[in-house]
Amino acid sequence: MRRIHKVYGSGAAQVKALDGVDLTIREGEFVAIMGPSGSGKSTCMNLVGCLDVPSSGDYLFRGVHVGGLDRDALALLRRHFMGFIFQSFNLLPRVSALGNVELPLIYEGIKRSTRRARAARALRSVGLAGREAATPSQLSGGQQQRVAIARALVTEPPVLLADEPTGNLDTATADDIMTQLARIRAQRGITIIMVTHEPDIARHAQRILYFVDGKLVKDGTPAEILT
Amino acid sequence: MRLLDTFVMALQAVVRNKLRSFLTVLGIIIGVASVVAMVHLGQSATRTVTDEIASIGSNLLFVVPGSAHRGPGGLRTTAEPFDLADAIAIEREVPAILVAPALSTDATVVIGNANESIPVVGTNNHYFAVRNHGIAYGRAFENDELDAGAAVCIIGATLIDEMYLGQEPIGTTLRVGRTACRVIGVLEEKGQSMGQDRDKIIVMPIKAVQRRLVGELDVSTIYVSALAAGSTGAVQQAIESLLRQRRTIAPGKDDDFYVRDTQDIARALASTTNTMTILLGAIAAVSLLVGGIGIMNIMLVSVTERTREIGIRLAIGARARDVLMQFLVESVALSTLGGIIGLLLGIGGTWLTTSRLGMPFLLSPAVMLLGFSFAVAIGIFFGFFPARKAARLNPIDALRHE
Repeated sequence: MRRIHKVYGSGAAQVKALDGVDLTIREGEFVAIMGPSGSGKSTCMNLVGCLDVPSSGDYLFRGVHVGGLDRDALALLRRHFMGFIFQSFNLLPRVSALGNVELPLIYEGIKRSTRRARAARALRSVGLAGREAATPSQLSGGQQQRVAIARALVTEPPVLLADEPTGNLDTATADDIMTQLARIRAQRGITIIMVTHEPDIARHAQRILYFVDGKLVKDGTPAEILT
Repeated sequence: MRLLDTFVMALQAVVRNKLRSFLTVLGIIIGVASVVAMVHLGQSATRTVTDEIASIGSNLLFVVPGSAHRGPGGLRTTAEPFDLADAIAIEREVPAILVAPALSTDATVVIGNANESIPVVGTNNHYFAVRNHGIAYGRAFENDELDAGAAVCIIGATLIDEMYLGQEPIGTTLRVGRTACRVIGVLEEKGQSMGQDRDKIIVMPIKAVQRRLVGELDVSTIYVSALAAGSTGAVQQAIESLLRQRRTIAPGKDDDFYVRDTQDIARALASTTNTMTILLGAIAAVSLLVGGIGIMNIMLVSVTERTREIGIRLAIGARARDVLMQFLVESVALSTLGGIIGLLLGIGGTWLTTSRLGMPFLLSPAVMLLGFSFAVAIGIFFGFFPARKAARLNPIDALRHE
């Protein structure tokens, strides 16, 4: 995964959310993006995750210029290469855990029985076997986030993007989630890009990118940055 | 994404919000039900009218003195009345017809203690066939009774019920005006027709009515029945030219009589009820349209409410067209559901109304199909705008939406 240069001016207000950022993330890296509010860390992740395209500059994902793609092509990129987890879990309410995990597979057009089996396996891998029928409101925050992880990984994407995955969780649960992520990375060798403002969480990463005012100001290992 | 999965997803959304789904489709339900019921009732009414006119007598022509273009004078006419010779001439000159000359009047009828004013028709034996009002029991007139104008009569069923109180009338004598009259037969029961009791009638030989009741040798109406179906046009023309000749009407002058076909009357009435049907159907269709706007409203609200859900779906790889299809199928599912319920309600309403009013219960597949497909079309049409709105959402904004 290779990223060259990217400038982002947003909307009529012309806020420079990202101002001339150069960045390369290699396959299999575990990167934490840090910075104060409004520093552009979320914007950066949205761009990496192909939720948005840069207003100028080039973003190459596996050699493909993402900036030139239309909405449907971006959707296909996300479908096959990206998994997302969010701070607020973003599960569909009133849909069972299994149904939520199954969702990305529906869009891939996989038939129902295969879908069910794969979704159940993904839930098992995050330790939620037996809770397939529970709706998000019946699950604890940590369990909901684990369902979200299962959903993000069910399509077996090479990249996992996490936007403040532990922001709504207590410390013990947050540690549990981070352990899960570390284990998954060890098992599958996937790239994880995580936005966080908690140094304790960022410490799990190999590499930390620190943003201020849309600029990448620090790039190094946790040991270098967090001291 | 497979179509079946889109369908399942949409149906789940509909079922998840049962009450709201029901309220959303209520407009469609009412619209489809009223279109179906109105058009069906209109068709039933048309059928009722044509049936009643057929029961007056099929292929029946009325020949009446007077002008067809009546002025402010109404029914009164200065035209010369017909007489029996006219009827005999028609019967002789025009082939394949039955002719029943008739003179109608009202007379006070006295049976025992009961007395009532009742319509009396003087005619001949063809009347029963021509007017499609046969004799239930007893006998028709004998030729000598007709020739002599004998005081005999055939009575309608209402007289037995109301004045004979169910007793056997044949052989008894009743008084019609000042004439004592022997009952020789009873007419078949015909029931009410357009507000008239068709069984409240006394039929006598025409000469008896002319001499004993009216005192003149007029014929008020000549009923003519064409023996072959569909030949009334030719018969009508033949009668018109014959009567113009007999009444010495110069060419170019208007007839001073007119010949009216029951099928004309049936057609006129049917076209009136058809117009009403179309009008009512159109009003009902407007309510269907309003129902469609209701669906659009709720779908728009639903899109706003589920913005976050749409964001999630986009983030995990749904394309714009997947989201569009999801919402479109949802609104079509709603309107189809409304269409089905409305169809059933409409049929039920039609059945209830027709059975109450004694009208025939007719179902037209074309009307049902039209109402139903209109509902589905409305679902597509009014569902498209909200669905497109959903599909155009930006995933980042949608995810941030609270």
